[in-house]
Amino acid sequence: MSAAIVHARHLSKAYGATKALDDVSFDIEAGRIVGLIGPNGAGKTTALKAILGLTDFGGELSVLGFDPRRERARLMEEVCFIADVAVLPRWIKVGEAIEFVAGVHPRFSRAKCEAFLAKTKITPTMRVRELSKGMIVQLHLALVMAIDAKLLVLDEPTLGLDILYRKSFYESLLSDYFDENKTIIVTTHQVEEIEHILTDLVFVRDGKIALAATMDEVGERYAEVMVNPDKAEAARALKPLNERTIFGKSIFLFDGIERARLAALGELHKPSVADLFVATMKGTYA
Amino acid sequence: MNNLPLLLKREYWEHRGGFFWAPLWVCAVILIVTVLGILSAEVFNSRANIHMGFSLGELQQHIGSNDLAEAGNALDMAQLMFGAMTCISLFFVLFFYLLGALYDDRRDRSVLFWKSLPLTDTATVGSKVLSAMLVAPLIAFAISTVAYVLFLVLVCLWAGMHGVNALPAVFAAHPFGMFWRLLLTVPVDALWALPTIGWLLFWSASARSKPFLWAVILPIIVVAVNGWFGVLGLPHVGGEIALKTVVGRLLLSIMPGSWINAGGSGFNGRHFSFGDDEHVLTSFDPSHVYGLLATPNLWIGVVGGAALIAGAIWYRQRQIETSS
Repeated sequence: MSAAIVHARHLSKAYGATKALDDVSFDIEAGRIVGLIGPNGAGKTTALKAILGLTDFGGELSVLGFDPRRERARLMEEVCFIADVAVLPRWIKVGEAIEFVAGVHPRFSRAKCEAFLAKTKITPTMRVRELSKGMIVQLHLALVMAIDAKLLVLDEPTLGLDILYRKSFYESLLSDYFDENKTIIVTTHQVEEIEHILTDLVFVRDGKIALAATMDEVGERYAEVMVNPDKAEAARALKPLNERTIFGKSIFLFDGIERARLAALGELHKPSVADLFVATMKGTYA
Repeated sequence: MNNLPLLLKREYWEHRGGFFWAPLWVCAVILIVTVLGILSAEVFNSRANIHMGFSLGELQQHIGSNDLAEAGNALDMAQLMFGAMTCISLFFVLFFYLLGALYDDRRDRSVLFWKSLPLTDTATVGSKVLSAMLVAPLIAFAISTVAYVLFLVLVCLWAGMHGVNALPAVFAAHPFGMFWRLLLTVPVDALWALPTIGWLLFWSASARSKPFLWAVILPIIVVAVNGWFGVLGLPHVGGEIALKTVVGRLLLSIMPGSWINAGGSGFNGRHFSFGDDEHVLTSFDPSHVYGLLATPNLWIGVVGGAALIAGAIWYRQRQIETSS
């Protein structure tokens, strides 16, 4: 067994004729923050469900040395997940939720959870149904952050929240939770917001991995060049991944072309994940 | 299984309304009706003749004529009545509790939260089975017992107002004997209820939508179609009664005491005639009640129920989506 937290080989899963996972293999190492990015229906959630033992699949998968299909309960002592917003049961009181998690989870720290909730407007006698969407996520995050887990899985954790909640969600996660012993896997459509916290990037498309690289590798491989119209033909000759035009200048995205050659064409930029994503996924819905 | 107490507590938190408040209100209504009956009797200065399964008028008569054994028997019947009335509400509470137990959290997706905790699906389903078998019935029984004590106080006060000492009647009754006998029916009820518990949980765990339709309409249609086939002379399950028995066991066995008339061979249901000659205390004698344990009907149900519960656990491990 390597240092990999998640070790997946030839994962496959089909819903009818649609292949949600098509012979996918990957490893996720400890201490990383992995962004799993893909268009709707690409298989992100299916991959996460497989890791969490929530779905059956073909292939070989080990998470922290456990088989999620057979050992979900044991696995959940080491893994936390927030799947979507607002999956907390609506009838439960905040105090009851804390008591329950404290009782069933050996790695839960009630003090940590209460300290985190003290920073919010949430009180123990409130019911989840009385909380706003943002407060429910705060509560869920408080419960999860109080658990000393090795792997945290977040599936669209901030969907539908306003920007204040979204910002504070990721800030708390980075400053109060993450350290080198923890690993986070996150999926979201708001790529721009998590770009700066990711260490690894995985693009998924049609049940396959379209790109898997560390952020450093991405910075080395990909470059964006702003080119004046007179040099546009020269730039096209280098086979850019993508071309878009802003204010009369063309912006080209290149994969693995020497910096020196690109610098001659125009101004160099580090591409944003969002731009890279759009370029990689071209034609997905066509 | 050291999480079990907390899992049972969780069920109670979620279903406080059905497990605690429903039997409480049933008993409160009986007591209120009793008080109203006494009041109207006083106001109209007529003989109280309130029938809530027991008659205050008769009770007064018995005490007055020194027929203490009869008075005691009437009070024992009243104690049984309090238990029976809460059991009727318990049937509806449990029916819908079980039908929703493994479905509602899938529909509102909170199953994803429960599944993010280190709990086995077996423990989760098991906590729901135990809640239906023991927790809810015991809470209902405790409430009905307290209500009966309050009822005795009411009766004594009322009789006292008329210069009648009701205490001899209370002493002639068998509140403790009845208490133990009724308490001992709870485990029998629980075993008898297993096929229904398993059936409802099975559909609760497996249905992608509308578990009620699957659990209730499907067996009714099966019986109807089978009967129709019989009429047309087509192949069908012979013995209409046998099929109806099975469906009844699958749907109605969570009604406490429903075994009284359905014990089958080896079980002497005639003890529960509640006639004048048979004292209610004798009817609920453990030697009668536990005679049910010698009947194949009970054990076939236990085995079938266990198989259905295993099916519910199997689905709980795999099926977390609903179609709505």
